[in-house]
Amino acid sequence: MSDFHNPDADIPRFRFRLGFTAALVLLGFGILFGRFVWLQIIQHDFYRTRAEDNRIALIPIVPNRGVITDRNGVVMARNYSAFTLEITPSQVDDLEASINTLSELIDIQPKDRKRFKRLMDEAKNFESIPIRTRLTDREVAKFAAQRYRFPGFEVKARLFRQYPLGHTASHAVGYIGRITDRDLKWIEESEAQANYKGTDHIGKTGLEQRYEFELHGQTGYEEVEIDAGGRAVRSLKRIPPVSGNNLQLTLDVKLQEITEKAFGERKGSVVAIEPATGGILALVSNPTYDPNMFVDGITPENWKELNEHPSKPMINRAINGAYPPGSTFKPFMALAALEMGKRTPHQAISDPGYFTFGNHTFRDDKKGGHGIVDMHKSIVHSCDTYYYVLANDMGIDNIAKFMAQLGFGQRTGVDLGKDDSSESKGVLPSQAWKKQRFKKPEQQKWYAGETISIGIGQGYNAYTPIQLAQATAVLANNGVMFRPHLVRNIVDAKTGEKRLIEPEPLRDLKLKPQNIDVIRRAMVGVNTEGTGTRAFAGAGYQAAGKTGTAQVFSLKGGQYKESAIKKELRDHALFIAYAPAEDPKIALAVLVENGGFGAQSAAPIARMVLDYYLLGKYPKGAAVEDSAALEADEHE
Amino acid sequence: MIDVISSIKRGWLNAIRHIDFPLLLITMAIMAIGLATVHSATLDANERMLSQAGNMGVAMVIMWVVARIPPQKLMNFAIPLYVVGLILLVAVFLFGIKVNGAKRWLSIGFTRIQPSEIMKIAMPLMLAWYFHKFEATLKLRHYLVAALLLLIPFTLIAKQPDLGTALLVGAVGFYVLFLAGLPWKIIVGLLTVAGAAAPLLWGMLHDYQRKRVMTLIDPSTDPLGAGYHIIQATIAIGSGGSFGKGYLNGTQTHLEFIPERHTDFIFAVYSEEWGLLGNALLLFLYTLLIGRGMMISAAAVTPFSRLLAGAITLGFFTYAFINMGMVSGILPVVGVPLPFMSYGGTALVTLFLGIGILMSIETHRMMVKK
Repeated sequence: MSDFHNPDADIPRFRFRLGFTAALVLLGFGILFGRFVWLQIIQHDFYRTRAEDNRIALIPIVPNRGVITDRNGVVMARNYSAFTLEITPSQVDDLEASINTLSELIDIQPKDRKRFKRLMDEAKNFESIPIRTRLTDREVAKFAAQRYRFPGFEVKARLFRQYPLGHTASHAVGYIGRITDRDLKWIEESEAQANYKGTDHIGKTGLEQRYEFELHGQTGYEEVEIDAGGRAVRSLKRIPPVSGNNLQLTLDVKLQEITEKAFGERKGSVVAIEPATGGILALVSNPTYDPNMFVDGITPENWKELNEHPSKPMINRAINGAYPPGSTFKPFMALAALEMGKRTPHQAISDPGYFTFGNHTFRDDKKGGHGIVDMHKSIVHSCDTYYYVLANDMGIDNIAKFMAQLGFGQRTGVDLGKDDSSESKGVLPSQAWKKQRFKKPEQQKWYAGETISIGIGQGYNAYTPIQLAQATAVLANNGVMFRPHLVRNIVDAKTGEKRLIEPEPLRDLKLKPQNIDVIRRAMVGVNTEGTGTRAFAGAGYQAAGKTGTAQVFSLKGGQYKESAIKKELRDHALFIAYAPAEDPKIALAVLVENGGFGAQSAAPIARMVLDYYLLGKYPKGAAVEDSAALEADEHE
Repeated sequence: MIDVISSIKRGWLNAIRHIDFPLLLITMAIMAIGLATVHSATLDANERMLSQAGNMGVAMVIMWVVARIPPQKLMNFAIPLYVVGLILLVAVFLFGIKVNGAKRWLSIGFTRIQPSEIMKIAMPLMLAWYFHKFEATLKLRHYLVAALLLLIPFTLIAKQPDLGTALLVGAVGFYVLFLAGLPWKIIVGLLTVAGAAAPLLWGMLHDYQRKRVMTLIDPSTDPLGAGYHIIQATIAIGSGGSFGKGYLNGTQTHLEFIPERHTDFIFAVYSEEWGLLGNALLLFLYTLLIGRGMMISAAAVTPFSRLLAGAITLGFFTYAFINMGMVSGILPVVGVPLPFMSYGGTALVTLFLGIGILMSIETHRMMVKK
């Protein structure tokens, strides 16, 4: 108060201003009060409803999974709609008691309960879990009438995957199953989480897995208001799902069926390829399994049986079984010799029936030998000595270098499984391979003696049937290699627009035509004058082929006598072929595990495949005759 | 014995000498409502209510201390507090801790402080002192200097960015100017300029600030994002109806639809459970509080006291109005707590500093008269 100014003079002005602000305060609070009246009285009903129906939920609508058909439109995997009875455990007080009550109404098997328990352990938060699938209309009606007794229970229409062909081609098509933690990781890595909301199945093997993201489709959404009980009251917005794309395969189901049937109880594999495209016509791995078992969740007993069965039906032998190629390796060896200038077609050896390297004797399967043998004869009569000498002359690394070009010991990249690593590489032996394969230094060294049996497709050689088929297709296709594939078109389910999986050549080996010709003539000779003659007697076309018998059991110089050896240790029978020889439409590799001689058990299967594919001939009588012949062979 | 009793009595009387009971009772009533509402909003974390009660105790001790300081002594704090506040704001600008994209905090070893909070008191204190000093010779340039004193901290706070606090600090400062007699011509002129500059200002706003304004105009454009707060709070208030859903029965609250239930959006919780009746009561209590503050201001004997008391009182109004306005969806969402209701120690301390100052002004005036 150091000033001389009379402060009281300002007081009226100050009080006026203060009064003015007081009016503003009242106005401000008046506005607020008006707003409250508006919200709490006038709009109260609206907001009360909003509060009650507050929870807006997004419900995913799972799209229809794409359909898989063969090259002619035969359906191999499709969907059907069925009713399931599902329980949301979080909404049920006494689960056990409720299920017991329900079982008086609807048939519930112990296996249903078991599956429900298992799924409940796996399930996340508040999902509804099926207790019964595929309800009959009668059961649905029964339940609907009593629904009020079962809060938290719901009948839902769901789409199920179905494989109408059952066992046929199951190794190619694969199957879907419930999403596991490992699948979730896969989905996360693919950044597809949003699209998998509501989806509970996913491709587990085969095409179903490889083309998962094509087949799945785009998940739709429904925005709904949920009442306190968790039920949808009304739909606010619906974004429909987009169905998954359909797959049209290169596979011919009829051919597949015939081939599988030809195997009967025997184990083995056939891969048939269209040489000009790499399209797979048949992919057989026997025994097979019924993929329908997996759709609902396979029972532990079935799973155990499938996995522990000695014939290992779950293994896709076509891409995961590695076998020594035996004599089917010879045409490729001969081609390598020609291309690398190690042999001319007419260069011949005198075959005494054995080849001695150091102090080890390598025997020919014909006692006393084949006499004078040139390249043609070596293939036609499958002379081992010729290839012992040749392999020795070429050296392991030259062999490996050429065979690698043909795809041996490498993944073909066939469109099966999650990615290319689902396929086995097999073994293409070389010095580098051995060094890497073994740990001890003395084992790492390649011995020249080990090269000898490589020449006849034995030793460390181990290839998958699909590799063998691919290499055969390269022969048929004049050295141009394609990636073997099963899907020809990806078809947009909505527009019908087809996306062709372009058959692009992987590489051109630039083989000399005259060399290919030598091999072709020799392979044709196999079926006209050599080891395949019996199997191809009376064929209305010219087929190039080669028989093979791969040792499973080392004989140590003794005599091989089929009947004296346990069946699991018997040789594998092989056959490769392409036809017609001049303009090949199909190339294939046949492997019969423990089938004995290739000429006896594998070649007839190849004949059936070719007869059907080239001539449309069904092997009605032929199949019977063949198995009879086989019986006879085994009793010799 | 009688001596003891009478000395206790004297001590007690001395202790409460500077307490203004109308003010105390009104704030305690609002705080009681606030505590009960914090309890409802944090049923699963009851320690919140206890810690808020602790905050209130601390804040009231501060109030008690401040109330004992005569206004003449308070004047001495004006410049130092303002300068310290300014330095801290610059420090925030330079070394502040970034939280959610905004630099508002300053670390001082054991704890963090929010210097903009100091300005809520320092600003009216400084400006009231300034106008008091030049009261006799008030010229236009004094208003200009005052405006500058106002704009520097305002800009620093707005830049953090913390538009809510900047507006509050700016508003409190402006109240001093207005009450000190800022000519109407200038006010009208400023309003015109502000109106014209609004589009320019719009361009200067941060994206999130613009979004808040846009969602205010149409919250449904972003129902799961920025509009969520407004929509859910409005539903809570509207569904409360005339008498509310009853204490602890607010579905919006207890199903956790209301965000920041115990802090900035506590009004939605209260409003849902107590309805229009409760809102009317709360508005009435705030009106009483402001009315008492204005009475103190009107009766104050020095320009400093008048201006300070008036500005602080209008500050309370501003906080309450902006908070309830934003929660009920007529103002954009800015981070302003509801005075004496929202959970939080810092805000309470600031508020009770203000109450303490009001009490000091009131009680010392009476003593002068005696």
